[in-house]
Amino acid sequence: MIITSGLKKYYGDTAVVDDVTVELPACGITSIIGPNGAGKSTMLSMVSRLLGMDAGSVTVDGLDVSKTPSDVLARRLSILRQDNHMTARLTVQDLVAFGRYPHSKGRLTIEDKEHIDRSIAYLNLDEFRNRFLDELSGGQRQRAFVAMVLCQDTDYVLLDEPLNNLDMKHAMGMMKLMRRACRELGKTVVLVLHDINFASWYSDYIIAMKNGKVVRHGDKNAIINPEALKEIYEMDINVHEIGGHRVSLFYD
Amino acid sequence: MRLLIVGIVLTIILAIISLFIGVSDVSLATLLSSSPQDRPMQVLVMSRIPRTLAILLAGSSLAIAGLVMQIIVRNRFVEPSTAGTTESATLGFLVVTLLAPGWPLMAKMLVSAVFALGGTALFLRILRFVPLREVLLVPLVGIMLGGVIGAITSFFAYRFNLLPSLLAWNMGDFSSVLRGRYELLWFGLAGTIMAYIAADRFTVAGMGQDFTTNLGLNYKRVMTLGLIIVSIVSAVVLVSVGSIPFLGLIVPNVVSLMVGDNMRRTVPWVAVLGATFVLLCDIVGRLIRFPYEIPISVVVGVVGSALFLYLLLRKRHNA
Amino acid sequence: MRNLRWSRPTIVLAVLVALALVSIVCFMTLGARGSWSFIIPFRGRKLIGLILVAYSVAISTVLFQTVTNNRILTPSIMGFDALYILLQTSIVFFLGPQMLALINPYAQFGIEVALMIAFSWLLFQWLFLREGRSLHLLVLVGIVFGIFFRSLSNFMQRFLDPNAFQVLQDSFFASFSSIDPTLLGVASLLVGLVSLLLWRMGHSFDVLSLGRETAINLGVDYKRTVVIILASVAVLVSVSTALVGPITFFGLLVASLAHGLIGNSKHRYILPAAVLLGIIALVGGQTLFERLFAFDTALSIIVEFLGGFVFIILILRGAAR
Repeated sequence: MIITSGLKKYYGDTAVVDDVTVELPACGITSIIGPNGAGKSTMLSMVSRLLGMDAGSVTVDGLDVSKTPSDVLARRLSILRQDNHMTARLTVQDLVAFGRYPHSKGRLTIEDKEHIDRSIAYLNLDEFRNRFLDELSGGQRQRAFVAMVLCQDTDYVLLDEPLNNLDMKHAMGMMKLMRRACRELGKTVVLVLHDINFASWYSDYIIAMKNGKVVRHGDKNAIINPEALKEIYEMDINVHEIGGHRVSLFYD
Repeated sequence: MRLLIVGIVLTIILAIISLFIGVSDVSLATLLSSSPQDRPMQVLVMSRIPRTLAILLAGSSLAIAGLVMQIIVRNRFVEPSTAGTTESATLGFLVVTLLAPGWPLMAKMLVSAVFALGGTALFLRILRFVPLREVLLVPLVGIMLGGVIGAITSFFAYRFNLLPSLLAWNMGDFSSVLRGRYELLWFGLAGTIMAYIAADRFTVAGMGQDFTTNLGLNYKRVMTLGLIIVSIVSAVVLVSVGSIPFLGLIVPNVVSLMVGDNMRRTVPWVAVLGATFVLLCDIVGRLIRFPYEIPISVVVGVVGSALFLYLLLRKRHNA
Repeated sequence: MRNLRWSRPTIVLAVLVALALVSIVCFMTLGARGSWSFIIPFRGRKLIGLILVAYSVAISTVLFQTVTNNRILTPSIMGFDALYILLQTSIVFFLGPQMLALINPYAQFGIEVALMIAFSWLLFQWLFLREGRSLHLLVLVGIVFGIFFRSLSNFMQRFLDPNAFQVLQDSFFASFSSIDPTLLGVASLLVGLVSLLLWRMGHSFDVLSLGRETAINLGVDYKRTVVIILASVAVLVSVSTALVGPITFFGLLVASLAHGLIGNSKHRYILPAAVLLGIIALVGGQTLFERLFAFDTALSIIVEFLGGFVFIILILRGAAR
């Protein structure tokens, strides 16, 4: 379980994340939704120690992220940000192998190699494994990074807008994959999502943020309803039920 | 307008102060008590007045050259020393010194100006590969181009044992200005006046080729005129006193912060401020270690690069 | 299993080793007249100096580029060697030649290196550890900082007496033919210590080149690692600048060539390749110019010319993307 308490981040005088105290349940998919500038990505960055916090604390299974050594955390929790620019020229296989770094510090064991093969297969990247990242399309590169994060084999996987750059087919594939990882491997996945229908269809738990604060959180059906969505997005959103799933329509 | 007059008066006061700084005793009292053939008067006429005039001319025309360049390249951070112009002028001067050492200074200056024109044209040609929005890339490419041209110059200077003279040319210094050795700088004044007359055209050309053509102006001709002004000014200053880095960058930027970007209004400001800035730096260089002098390019190098850093690191640079 | 033995990087490294050895042998033997007992120590000292410089510049440049995650910036383009000269000048300026005569040259070098580490860390922190700064801004600011440091040292040097002025004035120009032999011992020692330190953390270099966030995600203690690498870079820059003077583009040249030849970004290939290229360029180039063409300071001019060229191409290619 990830617990944040009194989490704050300021840029200048404005609080981007303002006193957030929330629990993210273990196991299953938790989505963080909310309008632009709500502080979703900033919060995810603080939870994953990429960004220092101005006040408050975060614990992951009882480990305080600002005090626990980075390499210990790297075996518990992994994070993938939205744009991953890098100058290094690497093949897909090289990149995925870096996922084993927290475990073996660069000397790959046979067990590590099995993990690498499995992750590459899991994301259908076998045919690209020896291609360089700069030769891949945006979506393929995105999948390679996700494969690296899976290869890291952590209980918690945090993804910041993982559906960016992906077309509908691959976006759906990605979400199904996350659901499979939760069910088969018992992982906890936390996502920042913009598309509330993806959030509604695939997640178990939803946290809604606005102006740096958590305005609602709970089981997905507690959030995906016209009244709650109106409060979050300040617009009228119709919610229909199709095949047991709630679908929001917001086209005028 | 009233501010501008204050600026001009200030410059005149500084210029008069500048006349009376130096090792030989030149003061109002000694001037009045001696005849025109005596030493104080001679020093004043032969050395002090030419020096002060040279400073005023070089300062104002280099600042104007920077302004013209910034408008035609449409980038805040270019000036002759960040566009390969100064270095090309130096290369030209070296080449003509090697091949035709007997030519008069005027002819050497013209060769140097032609090289400056060529170097700047090359710079503009390279800029075609740079997207316009990459504001900072433009001076970067210019400084590097200057470095490459400078390396070629050093190589030839080294081969022909002219490295010490090359260093001397590059070191802007007013201490050797005497009557008969600065007059080329009046071309700088001509350039300044031309820039003032053609100010509106430059402003229009600065908005782009399509925009200029739409208003019925010949874009190429305006650009060429601008380049010629910049090249002649750079060559003239280089040949007469040496290079003075960053002057053309700082002064127009400060003026732009003060009075905006309408060139009709900025040209007089840039000219006056350029002259004042160089006068001040020269006076500092002469007084700080009296009776020794610190060359102007050293003083301007410190102040100029510090101000350039300030301009770059200002919180919002709307360049 | 992949056949690692004859992969491209291995072949490239083998060729580079061979070329470096040829350069070293030529440097030691070509045009040698007189007794070997004189030539070997005489040229040997120069050779060690050149190799130290090549090694320091190559390692510091590659690691600096890894830490800052770009292929254009190098310590010398960021004005680090100008900073070293400024510190050197300031010590002479503030202590005065009388005081200076009392300190031995090792202590003076030690003070300079320590100051260098402190100041380069400040500069780095001020420039890099803020968000939202574009690479172009950093490069430009770095270059202008270099000019600023150089102007300021020039300014201070004008206040010194002509003798001290002359000594320092020479330090503005790189010269590969006149390496100061007094510092060879302490320089080797420093380079050895830094190498040992870096060797022990070598496994984290590849991870760092993935970028700050990915490196943290993979459990690298980012701040600590970066501090150590930067301190090492400062030491290596001090060593090379103290030995031959400032060389702006040499690092860029060897690092870009190494990346181009090796074809991937693994440090276990890139670092040795850059060092070997540095040795080939300096030792081979110096042999060529000194023995065959008989002009000696030209090498640094040619390096600056080629380096400036590579820089323009790199930056235009980066912008075109």
